[in-house]
Amino acid sequence: MNEKYIEVKNVSKHFDKVKAVDDISVEIKEGEFFSLLGPSGCGKTTLLRLLAGFEYPTKGSLLIDGIDVTALPPNKRPTNMVFQNYAIFPHINVEKNIRFGLRKLGLTKLEKNQRVEEVLSLVKLEGYEERYSNQLSGGQRQRVALARALVRRPKVLLLDEPLGALDKKLRDDMQLELRNLQKSIGITFVFVTHDQEEAISMSDRVAVMNEGQIQQLSQPNELYKNPNNIFVSDFIGETNFLNGKTNEKHGDKIDVSIESLGNFQVDNRLNISANTNDIVCGIRPEAMMISREIQSDWDISLPAFIKQTSYYGEMTRFYVEVKGIDQVLTVSSQHFDNQSFKTGECFISIGLEDIVLLNKK
Amino acid sequence: MEQKNNSLLIYTIFYFLFLYIPVLFLPLFSFNDSNYMSFPLSGFTFRHYEDMWSKAPVFRALWVSIKVGVIASVVSTVIALMAAKAFTKYKFIGSRVSYAAVLLPFLIPEIILAVSLIVIWLSLGFKLGLVPVTIGHILFCTPFCMLILISRIEGFDSSLEEASRDLGENAWGTFWKVSFPLYLPGIIASLLLGFIISFDEFILAFFLSGSDPTLPMYMWNQLRFIKKLPHVLALGAIIIVATTFVVLLAYWLRNLGQAKNKDFKI
Repeated sequence: MNEKYIEVKNVSKHFDKVKAVDDISVEIKEGEFFSLLGPSGCGKTTLLRLLAGFEYPTKGSLLIDGIDVTALPPNKRPTNMVFQNYAIFPHINVEKNIRFGLRKLGLTKLEKNQRVEEVLSLVKLEGYEERYSNQLSGGQRQRVALARALVRRPKVLLLDEPLGALDKKLRDDMQLELRNLQKSIGITFVFVTHDQEEAISMSDRVAVMNEGQIQQLSQPNELYKNPNNIFVSDFIGETNFLNGKTNEKHGDKIDVSIESLGNFQVDNRLNISANTNDIVCGIRPEAMMISREIQSDWDISLPAFIKQTSYYGEMTRFYVEVKGIDQVLTVSSQHFDNQSFKTGECFISIGLEDIVLLNKK
Repeated sequence: MEQKNNSLLIYTIFYFLFLYIPVLFLPLFSFNDSNYMSFPLSGFTFRHYEDMWSKAPVFRALWVSIKVGVIASVVSTVIALMAAKAFTKYKFIGSRVSYAAVLLPFLIPEIILAVSLIVIWLSLGFKLGLVPVTIGHILFCTPFCMLILISRIEGFDSSLEEASRDLGENAWGTFWKVSFPLYLPGIIASLLLGFIISFDEFILAFFLSGSDPTLPMYMWNQLRFIKKLPHVLALGAIIIVATTFVVLLAYWLRNLGQAKNKDFKI
């Protein structure tokens, strides 16, 4: 497998004065399911459009499978795109939509027919050849868009929030299906989404973007467990941030004082300097434990008061106040629901291994 | 019980009466067996229509109007299509100014347009005739055509063109295989409306045509003689019916496919 199948080298894209993409370099592996994740306006779609050839970079270069495509128009690139709104041609039927991309490939009639048949069965759209876009459901349109792109056998498939328009249940099904499809055909996928669950559940690797830059590029579990900064920690899942201060270093551990909680020794994965106030301690709501009695076998166990709860079925969120901390902490629990506590009195417990030390900036 | 308020309905009825009753007098009197446009009606006849049918200059003028109308609508539509594409796709320096400039003939009094054209045309040493009429009509029709086409193109999803590029077509192929078929209802509407505007147009034709009258000019010439009034009424009635039909067709075509598109967009 080629480790540098797609190479993005110091690419910037400016629109007037806005740096939509700001000096990004990234390498994507052959056959990888790679996601660009970030809030709207973070530059993820621009980066995808740069790969497709709909935009040309202000600076930097793009290589796909060793070939410099920086200056090539979209019709000369080995990429195909699944558009956010699918962009199915409304004036021709499904089959002609799928055949549209085969014309310039120099295939024989037999080969074309074979490819169409193959791709129709791949996306399970047999029998829909004669339909027009307005006679299809959202999920079917998505399959047509997928088939139309895949029939060209691109080296890279680009997907621009393809699941955004579908309802939740269908989206969950399509996530699995898309993932399986990608594994079975082995084409490199570059997938753009603002939905962190989607990115985490489908991808081999995820690049979290903000303000035109990649904040962190990791495997999904790394992003969740070991975020590099506050943005990533906040964007992937949910995090309570507590102010604190570092003290002395001890190898890869460091002493921290966390407001009102006391002094502890935690992991210093990011090698944060000693004796600084410019830090926060991130704790996931699901890493904390809520209980009626004090839990003496946990590293930290404190009395707290439940201000509000919200019930989600599979879990319940508790919004709690802890004495001396002037913010409401979120704790989630699958064990207790909002009926479990007669009064607002409770205890919350935290393990030191779940405290993630991050730079404030 | 809630009191029903009919004032808007009454207003609407009056409005339409005011608008269409004068127009309806034309066909009404065209079937009236008299040379004068006055009540009481004196009997039903097809005489005026037969009278019109037998006059060669009517058909000469009609042929002139059709020629000018077809050329003017085709050229205006081509120019308008390119302009509409540019204005909807690109935001360039001076785009607002040039947009206003294209629309200007739509706003300035036609007679001023006519006078300035005649001055330029004659000072260039050319003769009056159907060529300057056609040029004038192109100038006059283009803003209408452009507005129709912009309304069509604006609702058009630009990712369709990107999809075509993405699927291997170059810009030219994309235009013919994707954009053009989807603009087609708008293009036909623009052709029809351009033709009707040119066909109806009087002032520019009056100033620029020299000795070759268009149909409106022919009618105007005939109106000076009271005896010739009835066959002009007959001609007028036919033109009203034909024009109404073409305009309705144009609007129907313009909206065709847009309902489909709405459903298509998410």
